[in-house]
Amino acid sequence: MIEVSGLTVRFGGVTSLDGMSVTFESGTCGLIGPNGAGKTTFFNVLSGFVRPASGGVKAFGEDLLAMANFRRARWGVRRTFQTEQAIENLTVYENVAMIHEHSKLSSSTRQDDVLGAIAIVGLDDVANTKVATLGAGQRRLAEVARAIVGKPKLVLLDEPAAGLPETETAHLGEVIRGIPEHTGAMTILVDHDMSLVSSCCQNTAVLDFGRMIASGPTSEVLRNEQVVQAYLGVAEAKG
Amino acid sequence: MATAQLPGEAKPKTPPSAPPRIERGFYTRAAIIAVGVLLVIFLLPQVLSLYYVDAMTQVAIYAVVALGLGVLVGRVGLISLGQAAVLAIGAWVAARLLFGTSLPYEVVLLASGVITMLLGTLVGLPALRMRGLYLALITLMLAGAITVVLASLNFPNGGHGFSGYNGALLHIPPIRRPGIAQTDPAYFRYSVVVAVIMFLIVLIHVRTKPGRAWAAIRQSEPAALAAGINTTFYKLWAFALASFVTGVAGGVLAGAVRYLYSIDFQTQDSITLLAVVLMGGAYSIWGAIVAGLLLQLLPAILNDLGVNPDWLVILFGIGVLQVLTTAPTGIVDQMPKDIARLARFIGGLGRRSSPAKEPAQ
Repeated sequence: MIEVSGLTVRFGGVTSLDGMSVTFESGTCGLIGPNGAGKTTFFNVLSGFVRPASGGVKAFGEDLLAMANFRRARWGVRRTFQTEQAIENLTVYENVAMIHEHSKLSSSTRQDDVLGAIAIVGLDDVANTKVATLGAGQRRLAEVARAIVGKPKLVLLDEPAAGLPETETAHLGEVIRGIPEHTGAMTILVDHDMSLVSSCCQNTAVLDFGRMIASGPTSEVLRNEQVVQAYLGVAEAKG
Repeated sequence: MATAQLPGEAKPKTPPSAPPRIERGFYTRAAIIAVGVLLVIFLLPQVLSLYYVDAMTQVAIYAVVALGLGVLVGRVGLISLGQAAVLAIGAWVAARLLFGTSLPYEVVLLASGVITMLLGTLVGLPALRMRGLYLALITLMLAGAITVVLASLNFPNGGHGFSGYNGALLHIPPIRRPGIAQTDPAYFRYSVVVAVIMFLIVLIHVRTKPGRAWAAIRQSEPAALAAGINTTFYKLWAFALASFVTGVAGGVLAGAVRYLYSIDFQTQDSITLLAVVLMGGAYSIWGAIVAGLLLQLLPAILNDLGVNPDWLVILFGIGVLQVLTTAPTGIVDQMPKDIARLARFIGGLGRRSSPAKEPAQ
């Protein structure tokens, strides 16, 4: 369970997150919102790249913000980025193994854990291929494998389906739906592909201009009038 | 197995294979390299004149210096313009220990490596906060500062005290060499063996956990942090490793030249060094050997031909431009490709001139 309370992030005069409070219960949760709503900023707070002006984040009872950024990954916060970050001149196996190497996990289970994660995303055939030679979809999957190897507690996926064709997005959806079962980790999915979000997430929260405007079961949230307006850019109608 | 599959397709479930612990062709490559090293050690001093044996000793030394800089630039993406100063520190420490103690040469090399590692890591501290041009500038300033300090301190020449320098000495003793390597050819072999050890140390680093962590940092620091990599620690480790091998190279240099003068260590040498490392190929450890050849053998050849080696600065400038625009991976990666292309071209000529032998395509 992730409890976010009163999280505020300011960059100079811009308030990226404005008193964001939300609780992500378990399983796979969606986080949606128009461009610039603060979704990636929220992820950056969780990864420790951005220090919030105020507010707190409790992850499974621990104060996440008190941990040094690289320690959060070792503790169990994993993420993917909007831009590809799999290391090009290493193989898929090495890419995934690297995460394992810098976690608290024992090296005796490394090979099984790494191959397991690679199997979950379905990259078995290219496990020993350099990432640079893979296509966009497979690179994304390699990044997801990096995020789920070992025992992650919280997996943050930042627009994993951006730019992928439909068939690959469908496969990615299957992989994401399998994360809780395979790893027991909580997943927060940020994406603009609403069919992916609704097929993966029981619950979804919506950010707009740094504020939470809705949260709850995905199907209800997507019907919420305020959410529709935020996406369509209609002037806010307070009712 | 080799057919391309869409990730979404159902596929026959074969257990994924673990990567082979030892790459295919590893033993063949190791054997070829070992034979190459043995040829260099035993054949080169036989066929070369003493002048070129000395030049090749310098090549071995500067290949190690280039190797250290290659770790920083090619592996971690940190530009350092202070490596020649780090080399000077290594040479100073070794010279001081060689004059002041009767420790075996190998122990002196190790000590100068370790002491230089400690000092060189300090040079790396600014890298924790900055990279790119600013880091280059800061390391260049530090190199300048070290050059100034060395100029006033002077290199040890058998005197007493901390500096080991005595300006009043009339008969300056040469820096001693290891007992097994008194002559120039023997010292050349000694230098090559030390260089091979340094290459192995770096190779092991690059192929294991630190190498992978450096690759992650080079690609993206946030992503490396998100992968749980303590980027501060691994950047300092890179500086420590680079300084260590450079310090050892400085120790070998002390015995090679036998008389050290601060005038021989110029701040701008670091810039030339970066240029040749980029030309040789910063992303491959073999590029360091090419860099060593460019930096030391080429001037020796030009000198031999009666051409002023200062012209090389212009050549290196053009070379860096060429590398950055057309072959960013350097000569060591580009040459085999060019040779293959040339071979195909020549093969194509042969085919065209004798159409009877081969059926038309």
